[in-house]
Amino acid sequence: MKTFRIGGVHPNDNKIYSAHKQITEVPLPKKAVIPLVQHIGAPAKALVVKGDKVKVGQLIAEAGGFVSANIHSPVSGTVTKVDSTVDAWGLRMPAIFIDVEGDEWLPEIDRSNELNTICKLDAKEIIEKIKAAGIVGLGGACFPTHVKLMPPPGKKAEVLVVNGVECEPYLTCDHQLMLEKGEEIMVGIQILMRALDIKKAVIGIENNKTDAIKLMQKLSSRYLGVSVEPLKLRYPQGGEKQLIDACISRQVPSGTLPIEVGAVVDNVATIFAVYEAVQKNKPLISRVMTVTGKDVKNPGNYSVRFGTPLSEVLEFAGGIPQSTGKIIGGGPMMGRAMNNVDMPTNKRVSGVLMLTKEESCRKEPSACIRCAKCVSACPMGLEPYLLSKLAALSRFDEMEKHNVMDCIDCGCCQFTCPSNRPLLDYIRMGKAQVGANIRARAQK
Amino acid sequence: MNPIVIALIALGVTGLLAALLLYFVAKKFKVEEDPRIDLVQEVLPGANCGGCGFAGCRALAEACCKATSLDGLLCPVGGQETMKKVGDILGMAPAVSDPMVAVVRCNGTCEARPRTSQYDGTPSCRIVNSLYVGETACPFGCLGCGDCVSACQFGAISLNPKTGLPEVDDDKCTSCGACVKACPRHIIELRKKGPKNRRVWVDCVNKDKGAIARKACLNACIGCGKCQKECQFEAITVENNVAYIDFTKCRLCRKCVSACPTGAIHEINFPPKPQPKPVAETPAAPAAKPAAEAPAAKPVTEVTNVETPKEEAQK
Repeated sequence: MKTFRIGGVHPNDNKIYSAHKQITEVPLPKKAVIPLVQHIGAPAKALVVKGDKVKVGQLIAEAGGFVSANIHSPVSGTVTKVDSTVDAWGLRMPAIFIDVEGDEWLPEIDRSNELNTICKLDAKEIIEKIKAAGIVGLGGACFPTHVKLMPPPGKKAEVLVVNGVECEPYLTCDHQLMLEKGEEIMVGIQILMRALDIKKAVIGIENNKTDAIKLMQKLSSRYLGVSVEPLKLRYPQGGEKQLIDACISRQVPSGTLPIEVGAVVDNVATIFAVYEAVQKNKPLISRVMTVTGKDVKNPGNYSVRFGTPLSEVLEFAGGIPQSTGKIIGGGPMMGRAMNNVDMPTNKRVSGVLMLTKEESCRKEPSACIRCAKCVSACPMGLEPYLLSKLAALSRFDEMEKHNVMDCIDCGCCQFTCPSNRPLLDYIRMGKAQVGANIRARAQK
Repeated sequence: MNPIVIALIALGVTGLLAALLLYFVAKKFKVEEDPRIDLVQEVLPGANCGGCGFAGCRALAEACCKATSLDGLLCPVGGQETMKKVGDILGMAPAVSDPMVAVVRCNGTCEARPRTSQYDGTPSCRIVNSLYVGETACPFGCLGCGDCVSACQFGAISLNPKTGLPEVDDDKCTSCGACVKACPRHIIELRKKGPKNRRVWVDCVNKDKGAIARKACLNACIGCGKCQKECQFEAITVENNVAYIDFTKCRLCRKCVSACPTGAIHEINFPPKPQPKPVAETPAAPAAKPAAEAPAAKPVTEVTNVETPKEEAQK
């Protein structure tokens, strides 16, 4: 069985809590708050003002640049204000506030569950539709999908790599989506293959999801050019560059994008959103997220309209258990503890993990024993011990020379460190600084 | 011949030749250096802190000797006195500058700024700042991990355990600016030390709108602009919902201090005010007190609510 070549760790996957739980819809909130920053890139510009009536699926904010995404109303009702709200980490961001009235959808959106396999659009029209629907990568980074589908001149995509890996422990939303919407995902893959004008697509799935592998293999036999690649369990296989290495054995050079080796990577959730946008005219207004944890009453996979306060989602899943020490946005490896559970859900939130106090406590760090475990664990071939030291000493120029910008924040180094050193904390801080330095230089 | 003698002669001759070679090489490739550089370096403090903007004391000395006037060249550690000595050596007048001191512009004490979360990660302000808003709801205020304390080479900054905020020792501070660079939230500023160390400044950098700022911290500047109206010297500007006192224009009249409704403007080292108070002060002073006390009760209850799960989890 295939996997990526260097580094990686094997954390306990803990998916039992929410695996195979049917996707359930969370009831609509009374008041929805829709942040204007739900993607990487420029914030969207609000198109509505106080007092406007909006319907589900209506465009309420347009992309603020090429790397940006449209935002549609996930609810119907009246806009009460365009102001700022507090995100998961306590920082302010602009948002549109809507008082929910009923659930009135735009008429052109097809809300039926019927499978629509026929797509007669050409590549340009497909990309235009994806762009209009505000679709971003739902795997976590929220990079606008239409940008990925338009390779820079001179570059040509050859393979579509579909990310069904879900290597992050605890999370099961992509797994469940594949089980329930496998057929739709296949159609979505066909649509993307047409948009990119390619003949080959590979779906990478880790072998802890045997039922999904079997189902996708069965379905893929009916679709031309699509194959399923069962992958050995290893974190961070869902990382773009790791997945390309594992599925098609190509290595993306440092500092470049996957298109350099002719690959485009999309998550299964993104592909499902593409299917809905192109075949059903439904913009990206909801997503499936996992709510899980050891003591959570009803852990599971929930379909949530954006703008629903996270606290309502957690309430629907049985509330925050008494034993909770930290609430993590995302999975335990890449996710970050949240500061504010009232924050509105958005395109970025792929899961919420409620860790008990025992699970979440940090261990006391001790001195580095030069075992180099972090070096062998790093999937990008970096030297985490050195980078963290340089960051602590503010030697950012040297960090840049040691390729800190290749770091994918996967946390393997910190996970594997026997001295519990806060390696990623420092590297992430240094990386932010180096990134700022690079941007400042580019502006000059 | 005795082998010892041979060895001595051989070694002696080799040494002599090498010495001659070195002598001529030194003569031939001699780098002409201004002899005054050494003299200037002698009077500089030798802290090599970089506060002057040069790589170290030697670099500043070289720059002084090269320059035609001492304008813009200042050793913040040695101050005016040192620059005068440098001026004497070089026969130039030292640039006139006021002694500066680092000022921490945050008054979000533990009582004024309720804690909304607990941070158990690496104690470094820069890391906290890269992760989230911090333990309080104020995204602009002091994070209290003491990056400035460890940046200070002179032991002039210490964290006050009562307020959780850094305090600057006027006497030890050399205004080298290391703490200014270390603070990820840009709270620390170099300001004029003032006559008898008397200073007035806005003790807040919160750029949020008044209501939001006030909710996060009772001592926040709400950008109401009262101080701006009060100031006769146009020293105060209100931008992005926060007031700023230009220390080059401020005459230390302290009218703004009594005008501020939240007590965000701070005065230091002034003698106690005379008993017969001017009219403007009487309504402002008592108004500030109940305002500080009454809302204090509210956020406190909020804190207990928010932190209950965590406190329980700690057991």
